[in-house]
Amino acid sequence: MKNGHIDDSIEIERYELFAEPTYHFNLELERRDFFKLLGGGLVLVFTLDALAQESGRQDGEAGRRGQGSSGPKEIGGWLHIAEDGSITAYTGKVEFGQNIRTSLSQVVAEELRVPIGSIRLTMGDTDLTPFDMGTFGSRTTPTMAPQLRKAAAAAREALIDLAAEQWKVDRAALVVNDGKVTNERAKQSIDFGKLTKGQKLLKVISDNTPTTPPDQWKITGKSVTKVDGRSFVTGKHRYTSDTKLPEMMFGRVVRPSAFNASVVSVDSSEAEAMPGVKVVRDGGFIGVAAPSAQAAARAASAIKAEWKTEPQPSGKELYDYLRKQAAESPRANVTGSLADGLNQATKKIEQTYTVSYIAHAPLETRAAVAEWNKGKLTVWVGTQRPFGVRGELAEAFRIPEDRIRVIVPDTGSGYGGKHTGDVAIEAARLAQAAGRPVKLLWTREEEFTWAYHRPGGVIDVSSGVRDDGTITAWEFHNYNSGSAGIQHRYDFPNQKIVFHQSKSPLRQGSYRGLAATANHFAREVHIDELAHTVKIDPLEFRLKNLKDERMKAVLNAAAKTFGWGKGKSTKNTGYGIAAGFEKGGYVAACAEVSVDRTTGKIQLVRVVEAFECGAVLNPDQLKNQIEGSIVMGIGGALFEAIDFDNGKILNPRFSRYRVPRFSDVPVIEAVLVDRKDLPSAGAGETPIVGLAPAVGNAIFDATGIRLRSLPMAPNGLKA
Amino acid sequence: MQRISELHVNGSKLRIDADADRSLLSVLRDDLDLTGSKYGCGEGQCGACTVLIDGQATRSCVTKLGATAGKKVITIEGIEKNGRLHPLQEAFLEADALQCGYCTPGMIMSSVALLSKTPTPSDQEIVRSMEGNVCRCGTYPRIVTAIRKAAQSMKGGGR
Repeated sequence: MKNGHIDDSIEIERYELFAEPTYHFNLELERRDFFKLLGGGLVLVFTLDALAQESGRQDGEAGRRGQGSSGPKEIGGWLHIAEDGSITAYTGKVEFGQNIRTSLSQVVAEELRVPIGSIRLTMGDTDLTPFDMGTFGSRTTPTMAPQLRKAAAAAREALIDLAAEQWKVDRAALVVNDGKVTNERAKQSIDFGKLTKGQKLLKVISDNTPTTPPDQWKITGKSVTKVDGRSFVTGKHRYTSDTKLPEMMFGRVVRPSAFNASVVSVDSSEAEAMPGVKVVRDGGFIGVAAPSAQAAARAASAIKAEWKTEPQPSGKELYDYLRKQAAESPRANVTGSLADGLNQATKKIEQTYTVSYIAHAPLETRAAVAEWNKGKLTVWVGTQRPFGVRGELAEAFRIPEDRIRVIVPDTGSGYGGKHTGDVAIEAARLAQAAGRPVKLLWTREEEFTWAYHRPGGVIDVSSGVRDDGTITAWEFHNYNSGSAGIQHRYDFPNQKIVFHQSKSPLRQGSYRGLAATANHFAREVHIDELAHTVKIDPLEFRLKNLKDERMKAVLNAAAKTFGWGKGKSTKNTGYGIAAGFEKGGYVAACAEVSVDRTTGKIQLVRVVEAFECGAVLNPDQLKNQIEGSIVMGIGGALFEAIDFDNGKILNPRFSRYRVPRFSDVPVIEAVLVDRKDLPSAGAGETPIVGLAPAVGNAIFDATGIRLRSLPMAPNGLKA
Repeated sequence: MQRISELHVNGSKLRIDADADRSLLSVLRDDLDLTGSKYGCGEGQCGACTVLIDGQATRSCVTKLGATAGKKVITIEGIEKNGRLHPLQEAFLEADALQCGYCTPGMIMSSVALLSKTPTPSDQEIVRSMEGNVCRCGTYPRIVTAIRKAAQSMKGGGR
C-alpha cells in the first residue's frame, strides 16, 4: 500500500484502491520505441522521466487516492453553448445504468429553461471533462447534480447579462425560455448561440447563483425516460466491447493457474509461429494480440506456461480464517457502558452472522480498447474511475498523465465492480507491443475469477433487552466485510461497535452498498430475534427503539402500503420487516415469502420498500433503482456465493453461479417518500440493504428457522 | 476447415468469409459489425446474444456459423422497419425497462419470438419463456410490463 488513505469524509472502505498495482512492467523494448517516436534524444528522455516522476507523485497518486481539485470554477469548464445553440454539459461521472445521464440532463435543462432534448452530456472523458474521483458512493446526485445545476444557472444569468448589454436594457426586463433570451415588452428575442457565438463562458460560478427552488421545478422532480433510450433498444449504442478501430487487433491474456501463482517457465514458440500473432511476456504478464478474437484465443491456449502455486485457504475455512487473520487493536466506537446495559437487561442474546463473497457479474464483462499514437495513449474502457484508471496507466507505463486519455462509453453496468484499471493496462500493454490498437474483452470466466469480489465476513452480535422492549446493550463486531452501515439510527444507550480489518484470501473490493448489506443483515436480523424474545411485534419493537423521525417515516410508509400486521402467517407463508440508513438515504422493507415444505424452495411473494433520499429528481428512475436493488439483493440474500479452493474459483460461470432471474422476482412496490425540503441524496446503493434481513425475518416467521448466513438458502430450505 | 461465404441477415444475403465452426455471434459482431447482439457468457446462459433463426429465439454465442446455412437470421438491428421502432422496442422505452441496456437487445429478441408464437401471453408464460435471459440491473418487472404492453399494441395484426 502506498499513501493508502482516502478522504474519510468521502469513503472509508475502498479495498481495491489500496491494492498494489497488478502489473510491474519492464517495458524495455517498447519504451525505446516510444522515445524514438517522439524524436528521441537524451534531453527529451530526461525531461519525460522527470515529468513522469512528477506526475507519479502528484496527479497519479492523487488519482489513486481519489483526491483532486473540486473542478473548474468558470462556467465554461462544465457547460458549452455552441454557435448553433446546441448545449453540452461536461462531467467526469460515468453512466453505468444508474440513468444519471438522464437525471443530470434534467438539472441542466431546468436551469437553462430548455427542453431536455437540447442537452448533450459528455461524460467520463479525461481530456474533455473536469477531474472526477469516480462514480461511486452514491455521490452523483448529492454533488454532481448541484454542481451542474449551479453551472447551468450561472450560464443562464450570464446569457441574460449578455443580452441586456447588447440591447442596452435592464436585465430585469428579460426572461429566458426555450433556448432564447426574450425582452417581452420590446418583442425582441435572441438565441443562446447568437449570444455566446460559441465562445467559452469564462464567468466564475458564484455560490450565490440563484438556482430554481424545488417547488418550482418543471423538469427535475418529474419522471423523464432514459434520454438516449432509443440507441439502446435498437442495439446501436456502442459499448466499449463494441468499439472498433481501423487495424485493430484482439487481445487475450494467459492467466495464472491460481491466485498468487508465479511463472516458472513459458513456451510460446507455437503461438509465435501463428500468422499475425504477437506474444507479449513482461514480468508476470503473458498475453497475445492477434488479427481476430478466435486467433487470439487459439494463440493463448497454445502457450504452455508452468506456474508455481502456494497453498491457499478454501471457502470452507473462510470464517475461521478471517477471525484468525484480524488486525490487532481495531478502533472501537463506544457509547455508555456495556456492562451497565447488560445488567439492566432481562434477556441477553449472542449470535454470529456470516456473509459470503459474491461477484458483481456485470453483464458486460471488463473490456478495453487501447491505441498508441505518437506516444499518446488512448483507452476506451468501462470503468467507474476514468481519472483513477488514467493514473494507474501512468504508473504502469511510467508516462505522464497528460499523454493518456481515458474515455468511458456508457457501460454495461458495474455495481462497484469496475473501479480498477486491469483490463485497460492489459489492452494498452498488448497494443504497445503490437504497434496497433488492441481490443480486450474478458471472458465470463475471467470476469468471475480475476475481477474483485464483495468481501466475505463474520459478524458477532451480543445484546441485552428489557421485557418492555428497550434494547439496553449492543455489541457488534464485524470481521472483514467492512464498516459501511455499521453505525445505525437506533437509540442504544450502551454500545460498542468494532470493525476488524482482516486478510482476505480473495481479491476483494467495493460492491453496491459496500458492507452496508452485511451490517444491516446482521443488525436487522438480530433485532428481529430480540423482538421475538420479548414477544413484541417487530415493527413496534423497532419504533420503540428509534427517535429518528426520518427512519420512523419510512418504516411506517412501508408498513402501511404492505399492510403490516394484517396478513396471517402460516407454516408456509411469513412476513418480515427491516430498516436502515446509509449514504443519506433511509430505507424500510417488508417482505412476504412462501416456503414449499416438500421441495424446500423459498419464493418471494411480495416486497414493499419505502425509500427517502431527500428531494426526488426523477421519480420513475428512482423507482427503477429501488426495484433493481431489490432484485439484485435477492441473489445475495438467497443463493449467490463464490465457491473457492486453493486459489481457484470453482463456479466461474452463470451455469454454476446462480443470479436472479425472472421467476425469482416477487411483486415489488417502491414507495417514495419525497422530501422537497431536504437536499437530494443518491439512490443507487442503499435500497439494497433492507432486502436480505426482511426476507430472512419472513422465513423465520413462516418456519421458525433462523437463517444467519448469506446466502440464506443456496439449495433451498433444509428443514 | 469448411468456410462459409454467405449469411442471410436482416433480409439481405451478406458476403462473408469465415470458418464454419465459428460462433454466429462472433461473425455478426466482428465481421459484420452488427454489435447489437452481445457477449455475456459464451455458454447460452444469459441470453444477451439472442437472435432469431428462422423465427426461433437462438443463443448466437453457442450457435456455429455452419448451422445457419440456408436459414434466415434476424438481429436487433433488423426489427426496426423504415425508421419505425418495433412495438416491443417502443414498449421497452415507455416502460423504462432498461438501466445499463446491455441485456436489452437479447431481451427484445426473445420477446419478439415469444409474441410471434403466443400473441397474448399470461405473466406466467412471459416469465417461463424469458427465464433464460439475465438482467443484472434487475429490471425484470418492467420487462414483463413492456411485453404485456407490446402484446396489447400488436393486437389487430400490427406485426
